[in-house]
Amino acid sequence: MTAELVRGQNHPLSQAHLEIRVSAGTPVVAAATLGDEGGTVRGVEWVAHPGTPTLPGLEVSRQAAADHRLAVDLDAMPEAVHRVHVLLSLPQAGGGPVRFGAVAAPFVAVTGLDGSGVASYTITGLDSESAVVALELYRRQGAWKVRAVGQGYAGGLAELLTDQGLPQARQLASGIHEAVAQGLARSVQAPPPRTADGDRSRQTAASAPGPDTSAPTPHGTQGHHNAVGPYTTHGAPGSPSVPPVAGPGAGDPSGPAPTDPSTSGPTPPSAGPATGGPIDYSHPRRGTSAPPPPPPTAPPAAPGQPAQPVAGDATGWSMEERLYNQIWGMFEDLARTTAAYRSAVDFAESRLEKEIDQVLSDPRSRIGGQGDAAREAALARQTQLVDQARQALDRDLAQLVAESDVVEPALPPAFAGWDNPVWHSYRVPMEIPMALRLGDLGLPESDRLRIPLLVRLPLERGLWIDSGRTAMADDAFVDTHERRRLAVESAVAHTARLLAVYPADEFTVHVIDPAGSGAQALGPLVHTGVLAGPPARGAAGVADVLGRLTQRVDLVQMALRGGVADSLPPDFDTAQQLLVVNDFPHGFDDRAVTQLRYLADEGPAVGVHLMMVADREDAAGYGPLLDPLWRSLLRLTPVPDDHLADPWVGHAWTYEPALVPPGSAVLETVLRQVAAARTKRS
Amino acid sequence: MTKGQAISLQKNDGGSLTAVRMGLGWQAAPRRGLFGSRTREIDLDASAVLFADKQPVDVVFFRHLVSDDGSVRHTGDNLVGGVGQGGDDEAILVDLARVPVHIDQIVFTVNSFTGQTFQEVQNAFCRLVDETNGQELARYTLAGGGAYTAQVMAKVHRAGPGWTMTALGTPANGRTFQDLMPAILPLL
Repeated sequence: MTAELVRGQNHPLSQAHLEIRVSAGTPVVAAATLGDEGGTVRGVEWVAHPGTPTLPGLEVSRQAAADHRLAVDLDAMPEAVHRVHVLLSLPQAGGGPVRFGAVAAPFVAVTGLDGSGVASYTITGLDSESAVVALELYRRQGAWKVRAVGQGYAGGLAELLTDQGLPQARQLASGIHEAVAQGLARSVQAPPPRTADGDRSRQTAASAPGPDTSAPTPHGTQGHHNAVGPYTTHGAPGSPSVPPVAGPGAGDPSGPAPTDPSTSGPTPPSAGPATGGPIDYSHPRRGTSAPPPPPPTAPPAAPGQPAQPVAGDATGWSMEERLYNQIWGMFEDLARTTAAYRSAVDFAESRLEKEIDQVLSDPRSRIGGQGDAAREAALARQTQLVDQARQALDRDLAQLVAESDVVEPALPPAFAGWDNPVWHSYRVPMEIPMALRLGDLGLPESDRLRIPLLVRLPLERGLWIDSGRTAMADDAFVDTHERRRLAVESAVAHTARLLAVYPADEFTVHVIDPAGSGAQALGPLVHTGVLAGPPARGAAGVADVLGRLTQRVDLVQMALRGGVADSLPPDFDTAQQLLVVNDFPHGFDDRAVTQLRYLADEGPAVGVHLMMVADREDAAGYGPLLDPLWRSLLRLTPVPDDHLADPWVGHAWTYEPALVPPGSAVLETVLRQVAAARTKRS
Repeated sequence: MTKGQAISLQKNDGGSLTAVRMGLGWQAAPRRGLFGSRTREIDLDASAVLFADKQPVDVVFFRHLVSDDGSVRHTGDNLVGGVGQGGDDEAILVDLARVPVHIDQIVFTVNSFTGQTFQEVQNAFCRLVDETNGQELARYTLAGGGAYTAQVMAKVHRAGPGWTMTALGTPANGRTFQDLMPAILPLL
């Protein structure tokens, strides 16, 4: 029923009571202007914005938010009003993105009050604009219609309002931003995708959580939103915003259907003994038909004591899925308990400042020791609150550390760090795991606690190992050359992990190293013989590898579209493909760059993945052309760096890559087994 | 319980209440015979605002279902109501032990998002429940309650080591909790 409008298209409105729903994936300001017959906004009293949210027949939200519901009553519009423009603007305060090109395409929908869709419009093609006229509602021969406008303004709200003929445009624009900045102080974020029943719920890939009813994000834009990821910081220079780590199962729903762990996850180790008999009659690949073995539950706690943590104490159809959910639960708990602590400390600081200001402005405090006493008291109150907050944090941290201590040793190789002994008893697996650990996440308040950063397999987006400068590393000690070596080394560690957790012959790796600068670090991959071929050198090598992979993507896409997926050539390699590119854009001509972008966009859906080892500055010559490429990749750093945000409260987490302990031969041992398993089959 | 009445959330056995739930229920708008799809749905929304020293610090409502610290959780927006037989259609759960130390008051509100006044809504109620044993601590009947679109229902505030609940039941008007802020502030 809902008409999906394209730019310039209009649609009749049959009802007067409407709701305009906006979802932008990032906080935006929603406002509306009323225009007369000539389209002129007669004065500030014809603008509904966060400072003045209500006009006759129209109401907007008081604050910036990722989702808005604007109420419109066309019958209540003054006679003189012939047009209503719905505007979106990025807030200036709060350090968020400063251009729409850096965020997901905003989506607006006109609905009835009961939520029934009338028309919708996705505002695409925005770039440096920071304000946009999204929709126009207008009278035409006594009836109202809606038109998709999508006119953006690089000069922001001020330029937009000027263009609408408002004399006081500039003052009003700054007034709106002011009102929003005040609202941002207690900003409300869009809730992360999550099922309603709270903690640590089961979220399989097959049931990627849809948007909840209050956040009408269409599926098409949800994936887009996730893809925006790590480069908001880079796309918007100087902006301190931190990109979110996608929530569990929050993958692109239009992407490849990830392996459902309930049907093909490894048989839980406890399946046999737990059911009581020596023989397990259940089909190993039909996990869903039999109830899952009961999760290990914590023994009842002594009164007044927190329960003893147990590995796998979460929901899931297999031990692997339970551990996965448990880790996400720990991640969320640490994010939230730290949020509580930081919020209490901030409050204590601001209260102290206020009280000291009062002491200073009170003339009585100049007499005798009264002022000092009041100052002491204020300090004591601050110290006491901070101490209380720290106690609460320490209590929670102790519990999480204890949980981490039992969970880490229980992890399967794909979830475990390279230092975990499980890697020493590594065997080439028979099944693809749910997820892969790419490193650890930590917060400064909790030095001892590291949360594994798990990403779903197959990879939903490419990886970018940033060999450029990072915010945290002390560049005096790490020179350019060293940074690049570390970046290739961590790329090798990630690649080795991917090779090791896939069954034999189900993961093929290609490497492009145009100048051979990564040769030494790539050594373990090369001489264990796990690569599809030697690293490609020079422009010819680049063109050859990219050409073959592009052709492969085309071929699989054609087969899928034609519904003849089983008619691929018999010698076709059905394995997932990973292309590791070192030293980009060295050796790349324009054609190769285009092919690379094509692989990044289209590859993941057909099993072709990308891992870039690159310094963005090296490719600066391409300008904004490559922005979408960087945006589509998950940025990882070879050294600890606080560039990843959690999906709940958006803390900046320090990411540490999963690296092999110095002197350990585990990586080569594992790769030799991978290579041996492969030779046996072929 | 009546307006203004305060009850301590200390239990008789000396333990204190650890979790409360604010439940909100109402009956869906009756279907209109032939053109059932044109029924004007009734959407009531429950919200909780967390205050530190009379400053709003965080809020839990249908667009922000979990407070940043995780102590207050909304079970999700219900846009139409239920059968009106007393079940909660929306609920907000508060884990009192996990509320950050500086939060000293939590105010619960109910708003009619679709604009019907409580006079027009059938079988609407809101209640506070001790989540640990399901015992009802307070209950308000909203239906027939006057030409208001909102109510500041109750506040839970720190008192000594535990928490105390005060029934407010103050009528107000507004579409979301933001509209109620002027009505809430004098009640803190």
